[in-house]
Amino acid sequence: MSEALEDILKRHELCEGPLLPILHDVQNTFGYVSDYHMRMIAAGLNITRAEVWGVVSFYHDFRTEPAGKPVLKLCRAEACKARGVEALVEGAEKAAGSRVRIEPVYCLGLCSGGPAAMTPQGDVHARLDSEKLNQLIGSLS
Amino acid sequence: MTRTNITVRLSDDALALACGADAVAAAFEAHGAKVERVSSWGMHWLEPLAEIDGRGYGPLSPQDVSAVLGGKAGVLDIGMIADHPFLKAQTRLTFARAGKTRPLNLDDYAATDGWKGLEAARKSGPDKTIETVLDSGLRGRGGAGFPAGIKWRTVADTSADQKYIVCNADEGDSATFADRMVMEGDPYMLIEGMAIAGLAVGASKGYVYIRSEYPHAIAKVRAAIDRAAAIIAPFELEVRVGAGSYVCGEETALLNSLEGKRGVVRAKPPLPAHEGLFGKPTVINNVLTLAAIPWIMMHGAKAYADFGMGRSRGTMPIQLAGNIRHGGLYETAFGITLGELVNDIGGGTATGRPVKAVQVGGPLGAYLPPEQFDIPFDYEAFTAKQALIGHAGITVFDDTADMSAMARFAFEFCEVESCGKCTPCRIGATRGRETLDKVAQGKDAAANLSLVLDLCETMEFGSLCAMGGFTPYPARSAIRHWPEDFTTSKVKEAAE
Ligand SMILES: Cc1cc2nc3c(=O)[nH]c(=O)nc-3n(C[C@H](O)[C@H](O)[C@H](O)COP(=O)(O)O)c2cc1C
Ligand code: FES
Repeated sequence: MSEALEDILKRHELCEGPLLPILHDVQNTFGYVSDYHMRMIAAGLNITRAEVWGVVSFYHDFRTEPAGKPVLKLCRAEACKARGVEALVEGAEKAAGSRVRIEPVYCLGLCSGGPAAMTPQGDVHARLDSEKLNQLIGSLS
Repeated sequence: MTRTNITVRLSDDALALACGADAVAAAFEAHGAKVERVSSWGMHWLEPLAEIDGRGYGPLSPQDVSAVLGGKAGVLDIGMIADHPFLKAQTRLTFARAGKTRPLNLDDYAATDGWKGLEAARKSGPDKTIETVLDSGLRGRGGAGFPAGIKWRTVADTSADQKYIVCNADEGDSATFADRMVMEGDPYMLIEGMAIAGLAVGASKGYVYIRSEYPHAIAKVRAAIDRAAAIIAPFELEVRVGAGSYVCGEETALLNSLEGKRGVVRAKPPLPAHEGLFGKPTVINNVLTLAAIPWIMMHGAKAYADFGMGRSRGTMPIQLAGNIRHGGLYETAFGITLGELVNDIGGGTATGRPVKAVQVGGPLGAYLPPEQFDIPFDYEAFTAKQALIGHAGITVFDDTADMSAMARFAFEFCEVESCGKCTPCRIGATRGRETLDKVAQGKDAAANLSLVLDLCETMEFGSLCAMGGFTPYPARSAIRHWPEDFTTSKVKEAAE
């Protein structure tokens, strides 16, 4: 087992209900949760692979393959719709091309100042218009 | 002349950051000013809002900084912040410190009545503490409005070797950010509330389950728990992070998620108060419910219950969002009308166009037309109008909104977020979206619309939890109040 993965499992030895914290750490460390990771986690926690897969597949946050490119989360929930996010989507997709992936998110808690988005680093941006959004997309690497 | 040696106070709340507060802070520092990062006042349209000797300046960009320091701020000068009409008319109990303290500073917290509620609870003991919470009339702020004291009493009366306090900080509803503001702006208040709950019911361990979309809140609460550990001991707290699932805000799904399982809703009974986290008696409360506790313990049940109307006692931190001119946090006693909130306080739409609809209570809440703006903010009054207060988020839409698109989105959202356990929700969401698509295409519109209404009934009464059970609310209210959005224009468009 890789040392980093072993570390993660060890860190959560005393944790009650450790699976989600472990999966978060694995994804933060490796960028995704691979089949290999799932097997090792199952062995480490003495649960079946099916249980781990069940959890990984349930939650929107976990990916089983590398993202391969920066992901910008653009809020598409009601309050951001009311502030015009839908009109920005097409232009954003165009600006993103194959370089950036735009993923929907349902609310970032910035609903008085939408349209809002979050970068892979967790930086948040509000009051987006097409110019600011395209600029933001261009700045991602 | 540029003033130096002055202290500028600027929020480091996520909304302020998203509007560029860090760049403004850097500009002030570059001009030789000292910058203190505080919580947000909740006047979001003015963020980034700087405070200098009580005077407010906003919304600022870095270029404005030299004018502000040079005394030439013009329209950006909003006068004394405390006198601002948006703040003056509020009753801030939970948000009493908003804008005023540094979120992680323990001295600031202690100097503003921090830990006094916990002291009072320690002095009066578990029984009296629960009685105070009961008498205050505090109802759960997460949506269902269940009396907090009854929940606590049930857990206290259930014997077990281990009990838990769980804080529901999943805040998934669009238009809500009050939980986030508490966690980022006044995290010790939440910690104090949880410690009081632990003491009251005999729980030694607590979890704060925060959605992953809130990295700033996660960091703040974690740091605050570290710093406050000795004060709340022997009670222990830990932050757990969600993973992008809306339904995990439902309390039993949240408990499953905390246990490391799929976030699937559990059938009730057993109630979490009897068999909750890891099968142990568990208090699960929303952030705002727990955050209201320190004030109640310090000032007494009656002082809290004196605010409000009917069976809705105390204050509610209302969140004004969407297409609204003055968006932000408005804490006030129950009883205020929707019209006052949207038109008088909120100033109508940000676009300046007429208000068409407001959605109250997030993605599971009904859409209300201006004709219903006389409805008072009160759990029972909303229920009577087939609407809900939920977590008190208000989304305003102007007259360009297409309500058939919003009804479709209600089903689409349910389709994406359903936990999949019960059939009406899992299948109903998909069928609802498909059928509304047919309506929009003008295919047998009338028949299909009545099919949707029929489906709404099945979902409402047949779903296991409010995910499928309340998705009909936004859908049906949109159909009921704006039938024209579902017929003429759409059919015409399809025909062209
Ligand atoms: C689909 C769904 C999502 C929910 N999301 C939340 C949420 O994000 N935050 C919350 O506090 N309650 C949420 N609730 C309500 C909780 O189930 C529960 O009523 C609440 O945590 C109880 O705490 P309270 O009594 O303090 O309100 C949700 C309910 C449902 C059905
Ligand atoms: S709706 Fe977009 S941030 Fe809340």
